[in-house]
Amino acid sequence: MQAVEVRDLRKDYGAQKAVQGISFDVREGEIFGLIGPNGAGKTTTLRIVSTLLSMTSGSVRVFGHDVTTESDAVRRILSYLPEEAGAYRNLTGRAYLEFIARFFGNGEKVREMVERGVEIADLGERINDKISTLSKGMTRRLLVGRALMTDPKLAVLDEPTSGLDVINAREIRGIIRNSTKGGRAVLLSSHNMLEVELLCDRIALIHEGRIVEAGSPAELKGKYAAGNIEDVFAEVVKWASATS
Amino acid sequence: MGIRNIIGKEVRELLTPQTLIPIVIVAVILAMMGGVIGNIGEEVTQRPVIGVVDQDEGELSQIAESVLGATARVVHSGTDVAEGLRRTGEGGGVALLVFPPDFSEKILEGEPGTIEIHWIMRGLGMMDSISAAPVEGLIAAVNQAITVTLFEGNVPLNPEVILHPTTRSDTTLVKGKTISGVPPSAIANTLMSQSTMIPILVMMLMMMAGSTVISSMGLEKENKTLETLLTMPVSRSSIVTGKIVGSAAVGLVMAFIYMLGFSFYMRSFQVGAIDLGKYGLALGVLDYLLVGVSIFLALLAGLALCIVLGTFARDYRSAQTLLFPITAMAMIPMFLIMFKDFATVSLGLKTVLFLIPFSHPMMAMRALMFDEYPLVLGGIAYSAVFSAVVIAMAVRIFKSDRLLTGGTPRRQRAARARRRTP
Repeated sequence: MQAVEVRDLRKDYGAQKAVQGISFDVREGEIFGLIGPNGAGKTTTLRIVSTLLSMTSGSVRVFGHDVTTESDAVRRILSYLPEEAGAYRNLTGRAYLEFIARFFGNGEKVREMVERGVEIADLGERINDKISTLSKGMTRRLLVGRALMTDPKLAVLDEPTSGLDVINAREIRGIIRNSTKGGRAVLLSSHNMLEVELLCDRIALIHEGRIVEAGSPAELKGKYAAGNIEDVFAEVVKWASATS
Repeated sequence: MGIRNIIGKEVRELLTPQTLIPIVIVAVILAMMGGVIGNIGEEVTQRPVIGVVDQDEGELSQIAESVLGATARVVHSGTDVAEGLRRTGEGGGVALLVFPPDFSEKILEGEPGTIEIHWIMRGLGMMDSISAAPVEGLIAAVNQAITVTLFEGNVPLNPEVILHPTTRSDTTLVKGKTISGVPPSAIANTLMSQSTMIPILVMMLMMMAGSTVISSMGLEKENKTLETLLTMPVSRSSIVTGKIVGSAAVGLVMAFIYMLGFSFYMRSFQVGAIDLGKYGLALGVLDYLLVGVSIFLALLAGLALCIVLGTFARDYRSAQTLLFPITAMAMIPMFLIMFKDFATVSLGLKTVLFLIPFSHPMMAMRALMFDEYPLVLGGIAYSAVFSAVVIAMAVRIFKSDRLLTGGTPRRQRAARARRRTP
């Protein structure tokens, strides 16, 4: 079974066509990256997969569940981290994790989830401080902890290391990489080409709502005779802009 | 140039249809209320409308009748009290003055004659008792005329009786109930708590709970927590219900604290209050239950409306602006019900009052005292339907894209999507 199956997905905002018939699969145990310029349709796609937005046409299934007709089942196995996510500022970090964990279980299960979240966030004693007093980087770590503590079958991460410094970003990448053990999958978007190259098993490049290239980082670098994914990205976007 | 630029930006940002329309609606309603209060002022300055029943048909009652004919608009003159009440009521009269068979005889024997005043009270608002005031003037004029007659006739009487030849006994007919020995002012004073405190309590409850729920929606958007919440394995109806119940609890606590202080303030106006239970006006367990249901449903309707309004909020600041329609919807019935009774306002205002769900708990207690069950039950049924429709609307919005994409026109939405979608 595929972790995610997207088929001919289209999303219109009135006259604006944000996503124009994209199809891709995310396999179990795989980290799949969506990359593309601003306004390409990455966040819209992630939001549709995460049951937040409806689609104009097409189909999206997460571990066999249709995101439109079985949205509750999808939400039980999915965790979504938005790019500009925030947390309830009057709660402490630990109370926030407990609040989220209680949606997924109770009693001992909540305690286990919270401990896992505390471990991933790695904020030390600051986990007991109010979120309003945490720095942007600390809040992001807390949110990554929140997203992964429920051990989701699919983690949808929009710019997961946004706002983190180099060391913190490196640690979070390690945590994301480990999270795919046992058949878990990750669907992420990122502007950081190095991150995409280091983290993703396969990537898809989106331009103006269409997937214009897909493959593993190694395949794409070979195909475009490029030294890194950033060069592949620049080449593909240049080509796509010229032909569209 | 700089200051013009800033002023222009502020005006564009603050002067939106959302801020302007509620103010226009409130202005129109206030103008209508002004008309109502103006009419009451005219009633006071006009000649009072009364009925007269002269069972005495003696010399002094004839004098009294002629004085009343000259100073008031008499819509009925006869000898039967029941018929007099009916015809005076139909003629828009405020009181029926009855001169009993021994009226003249008692005065001439040196005892004050009794004028029985049957007050016809149409409503229980603060303004409804004003129409009774000119009748007090008529009684004074009758007294004066009888005093002059007694002086001129050199009737050998106690000077005290000559100066004060009549006493009065008050019976108030209000909404089908007869309350003997009590003038309308005493009833209005006693019911002041229902007239004033209940509408203020409901208004405060709506504003405080409404502010909490709208702010909560604004904060969810400002703090960017809404997207995460919407991906939790919990139904949209649970999110809507959770927000409503949580806000209602906070609103109840805030309103309770506020009303505790306000009730002490109101006690100072309770001088001369009568025991309503003695006149069959006390509420039973079922009545209190109906009042509770009415308050609960109005709160539910108000908070559901706030959730829907909250979906328009971009942030905490814009959420506060969106509270204005709720404030207006709570203040309009509050003022109307404080000053006038549902029964005594025009059909247009009756319709406005009935359509605003917050009106019903404001009116419920007073209505139940006078067994106006159809009004209370109708209000409860309407509030239940209103709440169900608005909650369904809120759940539908929570299931739609609108929470994330906004409720702006398509062209703006598309432009925003282009900017935001990386």
